[in-house]
Amino acid sequence: MTETTLSAPAKPAKKSARPGTLALLLNNSLATGGLIVLALICLIALAAPILPLPDPDVTAPADRLKPIFSEDHLLGTDHLGRDLLSRLIWGSRVSLAVGLSATVIAAFFGSLLGLVAGYAGGRTDTIIMRGIDMVMAFPYILLALAIVAVLGPGLLNALYAIALVNIPFFARNIRGITLGLSRREFVDAARLSGKSPPQILFLEILPNVLPVIVITMSTTVGWMILETAGLSFLGLGAQPPQADLGSMLGEGRKILFTAPHVSIIPGLMIFALVMSINLFGDGVRDILDPRLRAGSLTRPVSRTAVERNKADIPAPSEKQGVLDVRQMRTEFQIGSSVYKAVGGVDLNLQQGECLGVVGESGSGKSVTAMSIMGLVPTPPGRIAGGAAYLEGEDLFAASDRRIRDLRGGSVAYVFQDPLSTLHPLFTVGAQLTEAITTHQPMSRAKARDKAIDLLSLVRIPNARERLDAYPHELSGGMRQRVCIAMALANDAKVLIADEPTTALDVTVQSQILTLMNGLRRERNAAILFITHDFGVVSAICDRVAVMYAGRIVETGTTDEVLNSPQHPYTAKLIECVPVLGEPERRLDAIEGRPPVVNNLPAGCAFADRCPHVQPACRQGEISLDMSSGTRGVRCLFPLTSGASA
Amino acid sequence: MRRLEGSAVHTAGPILRDGPDGPPQDDVLVCCDALESGLFCGAHLVRLTVRPHATTGERPLAAYIARRLLAAIPVLFGLTIIVFLIMAMIPGDPATAILGSYATPENVAKLNKDLGLDKPLIQQYFIWIGNLFQGDLGRSYTLNRPVLDEVMERFSATLILAGTSLVLCSILGLLAGIVSAVRQYGWADKIITLLVLIGISTPSFWLGLLLILIFAVKLRLFPASGMYAIYGGGDLPDLLYHLALPAITLSVVATGVIARLTRTAMLEVLRQDYIRTARAKGLSEQKVIYKHAFKSALVGVVPVIGIQAGFVIGGAVYIETVFQWPGIGSMLVTAISTRDLLLVQGGVLVVAAAYVLFNLLADVVQTILDPRLR
Repeated sequence: MTETTLSAPAKPAKKSARPGTLALLLNNSLATGGLIVLALICLIALAAPILPLPDPDVTAPADRLKPIFSEDHLLGTDHLGRDLLSRLIWGSRVSLAVGLSATVIAAFFGSLLGLVAGYAGGRTDTIIMRGIDMVMAFPYILLALAIVAVLGPGLLNALYAIALVNIPFFARNIRGITLGLSRREFVDAARLSGKSPPQILFLEILPNVLPVIVITMSTTVGWMILETAGLSFLGLGAQPPQADLGSMLGEGRKILFTAPHVSIIPGLMIFALVMSINLFGDGVRDILDPRLRAGSLTRPVSRTAVERNKADIPAPSEKQGVLDVRQMRTEFQIGSSVYKAVGGVDLNLQQGECLGVVGESGSGKSVTAMSIMGLVPTPPGRIAGGAAYLEGEDLFAASDRRIRDLRGGSVAYVFQDPLSTLHPLFTVGAQLTEAITTHQPMSRAKARDKAIDLLSLVRIPNARERLDAYPHELSGGMRQRVCIAMALANDAKVLIADEPTTALDVTVQSQILTLMNGLRRERNAAILFITHDFGVVSAICDRVAVMYAGRIVETGTTDEVLNSPQHPYTAKLIECVPVLGEPERRLDAIEGRPPVVNNLPAGCAFADRCPHVQPACRQGEISLDMSSGTRGVRCLFPLTSGASA
Repeated sequence: MRRLEGSAVHTAGPILRDGPDGPPQDDVLVCCDALESGLFCGAHLVRLTVRPHATTGERPLAAYIARRLLAAIPVLFGLTIIVFLIMAMIPGDPATAILGSYATPENVAKLNKDLGLDKPLIQQYFIWIGNLFQGDLGRSYTLNRPVLDEVMERFSATLILAGTSLVLCSILGLLAGIVSAVRQYGWADKIITLLVLIGISTPSFWLGLLLILIFAVKLRLFPASGMYAIYGGGDLPDLLYHLALPAITLSVVATGVIARLTRTAMLEVLRQDYIRTARAKGLSEQKVIYKHAFKSALVGVVPVIGIQAGFVIGGAVYIETVFQWPGIGSMLVTAISTRDLLLVQGGVLVVAAAYVLFNLLADVVQTILDPRLR
């Protein structure tokens, strides 16, 4: 499992103590097994000349077709009385040598072509790649056959044929990488320093491409051994008396019914060889290309796991309201470390109210939003404590079935990027009607009519025609309107909007905000509005909660917080907002970075970046002081009104 | 190695970027799915053409298909050139091959003239392609019948075998891949992963022999060879009876490749934002997986099935030899051994053309599934 599984902002720091390549490889038991078998086969094959084996080519008609475990012949003999064990070992030697040579040849010429095509670009690239395309238009094995037809049967010719048909694979792979690399800064730098193209290609680019070449080789060598064996099996590769595993199998086939072991044994050897190479190759690939490591693709289950201490579930607050989040904690388990993305958050949402949750990326605001309806991916996420009450019902204790009914029903979401959140392969209409019919059984025609109504509601012109449009055919603003329409499909009581305007340009942004605000007033729905933008907050939110490192550091009405921030972090955030007509205003980015949430400091998490930090700030838990009603701040030395951070 | 953004296989940012002066980079390689999905089976190069997301106006599907068909014509022409050149490169001259090494020089010269081999290469090509358009691929000297007749007869047998295998491996591969992804790290996933590993590493010609030994010799459930029974056969049940073992053998590797790719594609898709949206809508997990995720995964797998068609047709060479199936693969092997080059030429050409058409078909299916590609 790696950090790529995290959709949450809690990105772990890169591990500094990286285990060595070999250690990583040995951790993978399958790869280790493959390596051991492969090494064993290679060792025996290499040692063939010094092993006490009978001559593999000496015929002994008297001893023909002896079964396995015969005296003097452990694996028996073939139709000419030749010792099968000896032939097997010598044959493996040939097969290995041919397979490896073919791989090396293909890798060399393929990579060369790929490097040149990728680096030169333009016409050279076009010519090379069109040639490669042409070759690839043939079925692979057929092309090998055609080449053998030209060159004539023979082991060496089979080797050339297999190498040749694999060149395109290397060329394409390497070209892609080279193309990307040749536009990178370090290549530009080398060019400016006066290095010649071959120097750049082989000294700058090649070292970066090498892992890909190795990966490609490790994944192709098994295949090439299989293919050369295949050609030999057909009688087009090794010619008697020379024998590789394939030709042994081919010869054995003629006496399959009388002496099956003569063909079964070499086949088993090919299988063992290829399987061990493939297992080992998988391991090598996983190490050299961590992005592809098996664990990095973990399927998230349909709902976030809940692992709460049953005895410690907070009761709903007195304020109740539509949505009442109490002491919610959400964690991510990455390897052995635990990232506390949300560390005990309280939120309260009354009917028709809009609550803004503000913070930098990584503050845990999105995870907070996703946790409520269990949309945080598990693994690696889990809800570790607290409760979320929807009109008094504990959502974390609800059944999966119940959660499904509530999702898109009472609680609807609008996400950040409308391009990636709408399914690209279904029309807008199909997605809208699906949202409707999931919660309200009705005929398709009726659902369609309702979908048209919804699109008109979110001010999409030509709603009827738009239904048949795919998301990619709409503008960003239109797409977000569709998402909002989808969220409104079933009269939601709570709308959770996770940065719904961040991906949009400013004019569209204000249209969407106006739309949401209007809808809220019309339908009396509550909105939980996640954003990093105080401008957006002031436009739509009644109250605001500022989050930092997974906790709320300040909360209050929008006016209070915006006009007299008490937490230094809030003050800094507000200073970051540019104000029209005040060009002299300093735009302070906050110095430093938010803390990593797997290792939070004691005391105030903002202490390291705070201009007013005192020694006391770093000692002990600081509570959110809610003494003055709706206003609260998690700071020992809150700013007084008028003071600047 | 950039992966196709927006197809089934979405990944982290593309490695390639368009330079300010470079041509737009439209060739996309999905090969690392294959690396990711594991063992190389030669089947991983998938070319797709990506167009900008915002297309101007919708082009009808029919027009797109027509364009693709037109685009296939130069490829087919290219194939004829390559096939012709391969045969022209053969050392020694065909006349000697036909007449044997005891032929008199006069006879060789005369035959070369009759075959048109004394003319320049380009002229030879145009004569050859002219004849090709009239359905004349020459005469096989070993069989003493027109190459086209023989090739078509053999090819239909191969199509039956390869077509069945392709259907088998698509269904089984997709199913196994989905189950594997849905039950990730469960026992079903582990068993499928292991079977796939074994399947991909098994030499198909050896597997064929094993199946013959077990199911034909030991259990006597299926015939060991041939396409029809010699006496009284010839109907569909008889064909299926003979088809079972070779079709299964031929589909094993492709099933493995498709299963791996499907698994990876499904896992990749299930992490997408739009799957979260589907869940946030309150859809059942069945709908999320089999409707929303599967459709996206299929877009990535379909071209691979197209590529697998080539491997199935190619792999038929072994299987036809093992099961003595009267297809084009076994014909080619015999023709290569007997140096019946016109037969080789005709066979290679027909199979290659079929492969191009298969891939075209996969392209079209993919476009039907993914409106963004139109």
